[in-house]
Amino acid sequence: MTTHVLGDTRVLTARSLTHILRSPDTIITTAVTPIALMLLFVYVLGGAINTGSDESYINYMLPGILLITIASGVAYTSYRLFLDLQGGIFERFQSMPVARSSMLWAHVLTSLVANLASMAIVIGVALIMGFRTGASVAAWLAVIGIMVLFTLAMTWLAVVAGLSAKTVDGASAFSYPLIFLPFISSAFVPTESMPAPVAWFAENQPVTSIVDTTRALFAGQPVGSDIWVALAWLVGILVIAYVWAVAIYRRKFS
Amino acid sequence: MTTDQALPAIRVQGIEKSFKDLHVLRGVDFEVTRGSIFALLGSNGAGKTTLVRILSTLLKSDAGTATVHGFDVAAKPNDVRESISLTGQFAAVDEVLTGRENLVLVAKLRHLKNPGAIADDLLAMFGLTEAGGRRAATYSGGMRRRLDISMSLIGDPPVIFLDEPTTGLDPQARIEVWQTVKQLAKGGTTVLLTTQYLDEAEHLADRIAILHEGRIIQNGTLAELKQLLPAAKVEYVEKQPSLEDVFLTLVGHTGEAATDDADTTRASGSASAGKELR
Repeated sequence: MTTHVLGDTRVLTARSLTHILRSPDTIITTAVTPIALMLLFVYVLGGAINTGSDESYINYMLPGILLITIASGVAYTSYRLFLDLQGGIFERFQSMPVARSSMLWAHVLTSLVANLASMAIVIGVALIMGFRTGASVAAWLAVIGIMVLFTLAMTWLAVVAGLSAKTVDGASAFSYPLIFLPFISSAFVPTESMPAPVAWFAENQPVTSIVDTTRALFAGQPVGSDIWVALAWLVGILVIAYVWAVAIYRRKFS
Repeated sequence: MTTDQALPAIRVQGIEKSFKDLHVLRGVDFEVTRGSIFALLGSNGAGKTTLVRILSTLLKSDAGTATVHGFDVAAKPNDVRESISLTGQFAAVDEVLTGRENLVLVAKLRHLKNPGAIADDLLAMFGLTEAGGRRAATYSGGMRRRLDISMSLIGDPPVIFLDEPTTGLDPQARIEVWQTVKQLAKGGTTVLLTTQYLDEAEHLADRIAILHEGRIIQNGTLAELKQLLPAAKVEYVEKQPSLEDVFLTLVGHTGEAATDDADTTRASGSASAGKELR
C-alpha cells in the first residue's frame, strides 16, 4: 500500500490542479481582495499612518497582505474538499485501493501551489506600486519558507473545516476570522498605537511575530528572536491542525 | 482461483449496525453466488445503502462478519477494495473533468497500465466516444450514470455493488443500465444491486432478498418468492399497454444513446426496432 502513496498523491494532485486550471478565477479572486486592500491602504489610508520608520508604507504592509492572501486562499481548499465529499467522488476513491492519506495530501499540495501563484500575483502588483527590497537570496528563501509553513498550517485548518462542514457556506466561513487577524496585529499599524488590551492581544498573537520577521527579512535587517516565536507558532498550529484533521478523517472514514 | 470458485462471492453473517438509537441493521445474513445478480429489495430507509457501505469498506459494522471475494471486510479492507467497485446512489463523477479524464483517473488510481486505452475502450462500449472530450457537467443524467458505471468496470473487479443504479433515470436510460448489468453477469462478474423498484429486481436478479426492518425476511429466486403467495388464479383481463410501453414505443428504446452518439453499436437491435416504429 505504502508504495502507492506517492503515486496516488501525484495522480490526485494533478486532478485538483486541473480543477484550478479550468477555473483560474479561484487564483485571481484570491489575489483581488489583498490587492484592493493594498491599494486602499497605500493610496488612501497609508498617508495618515505613522509607522515610526522611514520605510515606504507598501514595504511596511506587504507581509500582512501576503498573510491575508493565504488566509483567503485556503478557503478554496475547504470548499473543494467539501464538494468532493458531497459529490460522492470521495466515496468512490475510498472504496478503491487508493492510499487514504493521498486524498487529503492532494488537496493540501494543490492549496500550496495555488497560494504560491496568488502570492506571486500580489507581489507583482506590489512591485508595480513601489515595493522594493534589498533582501538576499537567503532572506527570500526564508520568506518563502515562512509563507509555505503558514500556507500548510492554514490549509490543514481548512481541511478540518472542509471535513466537518455541513454546508458549502460553512466550509469556507472559517477563513473570515483568519483574514481579520492581521488587522489586529503589527501588519498595518504599529501595535504601540493601540489601546493597551488590544495592543497586548496584537503583540501576543501569531500574526505579529510572522509579520515582523518577514518585514525584517525584506528590509535586510536582523530578525532577532521574532523568528523563533514565529516558527514556534507556525509549527505549533501546523501540528495541531494536522493531528486534528487526521483525527476527524479517521473518525469519518475508518 | 479454482479453490475460490466454490466459495460464495459475498457472505454476510449476522451484520448489525446502529446509528445512535436507530437500529438500521439487526442481523443480516445472506450469500451471493459467484457470477450471479443478487437484488436487495427494500423500501426507503430499509438499510440497503448502509449494508452496501459496510460491504464496500466505507462503514464498519457493529456486529457480525462479512466477506467479499473471500476477504473479510473488517480485517482485510484493502484486499476487498482491490476486488470490488461501488457505484453509489448519486453518480460519483468528477464534473470538472471530461468523461475520458474521469476514466483515466480511475485507471491510474487502480494502478493499471495504458489508462488511455482503457478509457477509450470503455467510452466506445458505453456509447460515450463523442462525449468523451466534454466535461461531465454537461452530460445528461443517463450519460452521467453510464460514465459512472463504466468507471466502476475499470480493472475488471470480480464483485460490483450498484446502489439504486436506476433511481432518477428516465425509462430508456434505465433499460440501458439493465442491459449493462446483464452483460456484466454474463462475463462472470458478481453483481449486488439494491433497488426499490420491484420490476427491476424481477427483470435482472437471479436471486432476490427482501430487506425489511433491518433483517432479510425472504431470500430466493423469483419463482420461489412467487410461490409464497396462493396459487395463481386465471382471470381474463383486457391487455392494455402500460404508459411505459407507450412511451418506449414512441421514443424508441435507446433513444438517448441514439441521439447522443448515433454511431454506437451497443443495443443496436432495439435501437433499429425503435427506428422502424417511427
